[in-house]
Amino acid sequence: MITYNRFELDNGLRVLVHEDTATPMAVVNIMYDVGARDENPAQTGFAHLFEHLMFGGSIHIPDYDEPLQRAGGENNAYTTNDLTNYYCQLPAQNLETAFWLESDRMLSLAFTKKSLDVQRKVVCEEFKENYINKPYGDVWHKLRHLAYTTHPYKWMTIGDELSHIENAKLDDVKNFFFRHYRPVNAILVVAGNVKTEEVKRLAEKWFGDIPMGEKYVRNLPQEPKQQQARRLEVEADVPLNALYKAWHMGSRLSKDYYAADLITEVLGGGASSRLHHSLVKQQKLFSNLECYHFGTMEPGLVAIEGKLVKGVKLEDAEKAVEVELNRIKSELVNDTELEKVKNKTESIIAFEDMSVMSRANSLAFYELTGDVELINEELGKYQAITTEDILAHSKEIFDENNSSTLYYNSKN
Amino acid sequence: MIDRKKSPAIYDAVEFDLKLKPCEKYTLDNGVPVYAVNAGEQDVVMVEFVFFAGNWYENQNILAASTNFLLKNGTQHKTALEVNEHFEFHGAYLNRHCYNETATVTLHCLSKHLPQLLPAIAEVLTESVFPEEELAIYKQNQKQRLEVSLKKCDFVANRLIDDYLYGIEHPYGKYTTAPDYDAVEREQLLAFYQQYYTKGKCVVFTAGKLPADIQQQLNSAFGHLPFNQQEIPEVTHAVKPAVEKKYNIINDASGVQGAIRIAQPFPNRHHPDFIKAQVLNNVFGGFFGSRLMSNIREDKGYTYGIHSYLQNHIHQSAWMISTEAGRDVCAATIEEVYKEMQRLRDEPIEKDELDLVRNYMMGSILGDLDGPFQIISRWKNYVLNNLTESYFYNNLQTIRTISAEELQALAQKYLQPEAFYELTVV
Repeated sequence: MITYNRFELDNGLRVLVHEDTATPMAVVNIMYDVGARDENPAQTGFAHLFEHLMFGGSIHIPDYDEPLQRAGGENNAYTTNDLTNYYCQLPAQNLETAFWLESDRMLSLAFTKKSLDVQRKVVCEEFKENYINKPYGDVWHKLRHLAYTTHPYKWMTIGDELSHIENAKLDDVKNFFFRHYRPVNAILVVAGNVKTEEVKRLAEKWFGDIPMGEKYVRNLPQEPKQQQARRLEVEADVPLNALYKAWHMGSRLSKDYYAADLITEVLGGGASSRLHHSLVKQQKLFSNLECYHFGTMEPGLVAIEGKLVKGVKLEDAEKAVEVELNRIKSELVNDTELEKVKNKTESIIAFEDMSVMSRANSLAFYELTGDVELINEELGKYQAITTEDILAHSKEIFDENNSSTLYYNSKN
Repeated sequence: MIDRKKSPAIYDAVEFDLKLKPCEKYTLDNGVPVYAVNAGEQDVVMVEFVFFAGNWYENQNILAASTNFLLKNGTQHKTALEVNEHFEFHGAYLNRHCYNETATVTLHCLSKHLPQLLPAIAEVLTESVFPEEELAIYKQNQKQRLEVSLKKCDFVANRLIDDYLYGIEHPYGKYTTAPDYDAVEREQLLAFYQQYYTKGKCVVFTAGKLPADIQQQLNSAFGHLPFNQQEIPEVTHAVKPAVEKKYNIINDASGVQGAIRIAQPFPNRHHPDFIKAQVLNNVFGGFFGSRLMSNIREDKGYTYGIHSYLQNHIHQSAWMISTEAGRDVCAATIEEVYKEMQRLRDEPIEKDELDLVRNYMMGSILGDLDGPFQIISRWKNYVLNNLTESYFYNNLQTIRTISAEELQALAQKYLQPEAFYELTVV
């Protein structure tokens, strides 16, 4: 049970406070309701570029990191296709330093040409390091474009192509900032050794006079229901053939999500999971095999990926995967198997709740979904899933017409 | 109106009265020492078994790591699947890792499941059978994994730099090739397992919200096992560093980045310069605000990240600078690294910068001690490196008081370009 107090400033900034006196630290977490899905298709990678620019100095403070480190703090941020999250942790006595820094960069960035020039280069190196200069690094670029025809989930957070970032102009960047990084589109969570009254005072003092901004109304093109299986075959200079398959699933906020999450656990969670046991250990078709989902706010993807044992044909490996999928689509999982994946979920939640940082992040996320109380209802929602639910959702997800398949061939 | 240019007053982290939460120590009936930290709100627990079973003790490449990996792939009573099902059914994780001197088996679980899980670990530690079929699958999959890794410039660079520093025969310097996997046989695994696990030297660390009877639970599951009845062999390895200092390697002709490693040998934690050098390292390349990051990432944009650190080895360490940079700016990156060394040798660090680093380091230790798993991890580090609690307080004292002159002298002693190995792998 995670406790919290919640209030709103006049400018629409939502504030949540989680008091925990067992730690000497405080966490300040700001989640902005903007992700890669909110980008212009011709200017992708902007939300992530912002993650970098937000550390390049704000209107009154030339350097974000320096004063925070002086106060004994550390920080980082991440961007997904749905949201952007900035967080810092510092000794609770120095809480106000974080308010000073975070409020100034919400007020306005410094927007210097130098900062943009450098961060463009840094992001390009990040792009190269993770998506170009690694074997199989371009897989999700290809698979997203195969699975999504319309929805902006078709591009990766890092951006669809390097040129979008390389060509980013200061004016485009400013416009993006003032549209999305406003109090009305933000959630502030303060957690740790803090008092709600003090947080209220500091929030009014530092964030109270920032102009509210316009509420961003998301109106994204929706992905039409997929009617036919899609396939793509590529060849690259990689040592092993690899198989990737993806299927559309329900949104993070639908009941379908909990069933889909448990289905991926039954199939791919751990060494005793079905796919690992059958295809890696017994049939020796794959050297590794995973099943997971993206858990996105809007309808997302379930994926299976694996590298093939040398000499195995992609067609044969895919057929063997289909056999397992047919099994979960036609027979009820047994009660012990369902209990296993529910126990694992209970354990994951308990471990996540250990750190103040992770609790702060979760509170912001659930507030963003529109119902923060969900944070304490999650386990119950998993418990309510039955073996019949697993069967019904498996049929729905693993429908052949709902699938995208990528054969990644080794040149060698 | 508030003056946003003016920072709020801060409490100097240097002034914090930091304490390392004590660790309870007791021994099981067979003499196995247990270190325990009881703290935390969630009903979760970690139990870690550390064995002196790292590659320091193997007489054939990859034997230690293979034994560690295959520990839970079948016992006299359970198949690999049954072992995994047992832990996974309880929502627990049984992980294992092999390091240079030590190898570990670690349980993470909800406290309520300990009675079902501890006896299963005892079984894994004394009755593993290393089935031929499991070994064959392991060899095949590891070789394939290795083949993929060898395509990555950072992976290749990490192997080579350690070889240059310590020599390919030394546990810190050697690396694995496909034929090494082929050469591993079941009998060797069993022998290594019996000597270094079942009858090996074992130390237990546990933390979390511990049940009141944790000591009895551990004793009844493990107190009768034959651990710690024999001395572990005294093994020494000669360090044979490479003669040549500079290397340029093309691993992938089409690569768009180069992995850069610049490193020199450094003594271990018992050397009087070690703690002081940690402070200098922080200034140099140890955190986001460091000189290397500020210059090479934040000013020039040559890289997504650059770091320097002292390697975490028990016997001997190395001072390492590590980055992946654009292929066309690798040479310029290396040049900037040496320029930053020179600045540290030539100019004393200004008070302001040194104060910042002191505060950052203190805040970071305070943050690191948040939670039972973090606290036990620091204790484990001290126990395994043969250090005492006083190391923690010496460390704090050094951070608070080291002077700019001392740091400059250290830079002159250790940050000389000709002492460093230098490697670029594209």
